[in-house]
Amino acid sequence: MNFVWTVAWRLLREGRFQTALILAGVSIGVGVIVYITAIVSGLQANIIDRTLSTQAHVVLRPADIVNQAPLTVPGSVKLADIAKRTQRENTIANWSGIVARVRGTPNVSAVAAMASGPGVAQQGGVRKSIVLMGVELDDYCQVVRLDNKLQAGRLLLPTGTALIGKELAADLGLQPGGRLRLQAATGGSQSMTVGAILDFGLKDLNKRWVLLPLREAQNLLGFQRDVTEIYIKSERLFEAESLAANLALATGLTADSWQSSNGQLVTALKSQSASSLMIRVFVTFAVALGIASVLVVTVVQRQREIGILRAMGTPASRILAVFLLQGGLVGLFGSLFGSLLGAAMSVGISRLALTEDGSPLFPVVLDGELFVTTALIATLVGVLAALLPALRAARLDPVEAIRG
Amino acid sequence: MTLQGVKKSYGGGKSPRVEVLHGIGLQLVEGEFAALLGPSGSGKSTLLNIMGLLETPTAGELHIAGTATAGLDDAARTALRNRYLGFVFQFHHLLPAFSALENVMMPLFAGQGRVTSQDRQRAAMLLQRVGLAEHAAKQPVQLSGGQQQRVAIVRALMNRPRLVLADEPTGNLDTQTANEVFALLHELNREDGTTFLIVTHDQRLADGCPRQIRLLDGRLQPDGWLSPAPSASGR
Repeated sequence: MNFVWTVAWRLLREGRFQTALILAGVSIGVGVIVYITAIVSGLQANIIDRTLSTQAHVVLRPADIVNQAPLTVPGSVKLADIAKRTQRENTIANWSGIVARVRGTPNVSAVAAMASGPGVAQQGGVRKSIVLMGVELDDYCQVVRLDNKLQAGRLLLPTGTALIGKELAADLGLQPGGRLRLQAATGGSQSMTVGAILDFGLKDLNKRWVLLPLREAQNLLGFQRDVTEIYIKSERLFEAESLAANLALATGLTADSWQSSNGQLVTALKSQSASSLMIRVFVTFAVALGIASVLVVTVVQRQREIGILRAMGTPASRILAVFLLQGGLVGLFGSLFGSLLGAAMSVGISRLALTEDGSPLFPVVLDGELFVTTALIATLVGVLAALLPALRAARLDPVEAIRG
Repeated sequence: MTLQGVKKSYGGGKSPRVEVLHGIGLQLVEGEFAALLGPSGSGKSTLLNIMGLLETPTAGELHIAGTATAGLDDAARTALRNRYLGFVFQFHHLLPAFSALENVMMPLFAGQGRVTSQDRQRAAMLLQRVGLAEHAAKQPVQLSGGQQQRVAIVRALMNRPRLVLADEPTGNLDTQTANEVFALLHELNREDGTTFLIVTHDQRLADGCPRQIRLLDGRLQPDGWLSPAPSASGR
């Protein structure tokens, strides 16, 4: 039997009403924090997931070609003005070496080369502007999932086939097995079979994206053996920016991370995180003040008992420890109840609020780490909040405390 | 316990300084049973608090078991209090959250931070001695006033103190119960040789004490002895 634990526990048990009050306060506070965290991280994960379902984490593109204007020195005479015309499309040559090197970079889980360019799809006299995207299907599927986007047909890309979006298929009246003619803006044209119809999740992409074998895209676009982009999937989603910087240095190409391609989204996510952090901080403060104020009242109510304990020879440090422990216990138990409350609320709302297709409007993320962190922080906050009341109790003059 | 020239004054600064004790010299001999008498306002409580190391004297010296107490910090005085002194208050002041047995163990528990099964046995033995063995597990509110005060008395004895200070221990008990409690104090004094100093305003009870210390207006009255002072071989 340990004095500090026993006395702290008995006083909490005896002061049932106050203990219940303080526990309710902590539970509600922790519940709100858990709920908000679960909702916000769920929403963010969902948004990122949706956004990245058609994007690579990092895209390598040819380095920008800069026109260097000749310097005109004042007072000099210009004899000739030679400006080079664009020789050909800006592409990545001998890319297989680059792809091999990128594959060997840490944190890279998949790499896919792509030759893309503008084009037109024709069928029965209808012409639609499209993007020709030549890929090795196996590589591409590892960077961008396609199996969950398949609407009709089979996810194969042999020579002579093309995978098209569902809007384009509707516009051209095409089914898997139907034929369409693809024409590149540079003039080449070829008749292809529709292998599958895909839903990319965005209407614009569904109208324009046409996947075809890499070799045929290179021929149509006149790139010979070059590609225009290298798609990279990172193992660590949120380290894509530093990966992009490393790859740009290593390859001499331009590297764009998903964050830099989706600047507005990242800003929105950050401000959302910041506001949820603010809510959490202020709720924590409110909880701490609640614990402190109830404990102050408890100390005042119990001052005679504290005085008796001091008179019979309880060291002041032991009285201090009793009340700090009470704060810690209240924080710990409150956070356990609160975690249950928050989990119940978030699971409840994710079950109740549904979108039209039956998926949750608020997808929640509840991980064990959240509960452990919350319990630790709540315990610490409890101890800190108890500091003032505990000091007050430890400094009570036994004579005055007993006299009342 | 020896007091030499102990003075205590309150106030100072803006409020007028009031001296409550004007130089108290007093020696308590081991094993004696003394009553401290005096009208209200005479400084009884202050003297008792000083002897209980709950207040520090403004001037003078207080020795307890050969240790000078001047200049000791709170922790050291707390340790001395725990080791050498037992307290019985007018209102029993048992802790309501603990059983009778736990209340008896409390001085040891508070001083050491933990208790052993031996300590538990000693507390049970003490309760048995005052006829409360079957009430050990009860909460204070389940006991009568006399029972509560008996628990409080054996609580004061838990640490085998050299001196028990009792402040009006029968003050809120009816006459018969007060007599019983007083008889118990006498018995414990005779059997264990524990020194008792009992503050009371009840002359009838004080008459039963071998030594009577009278305090008037912060000074001890010279005719403190009713019977000859017991020799130092009280135990």
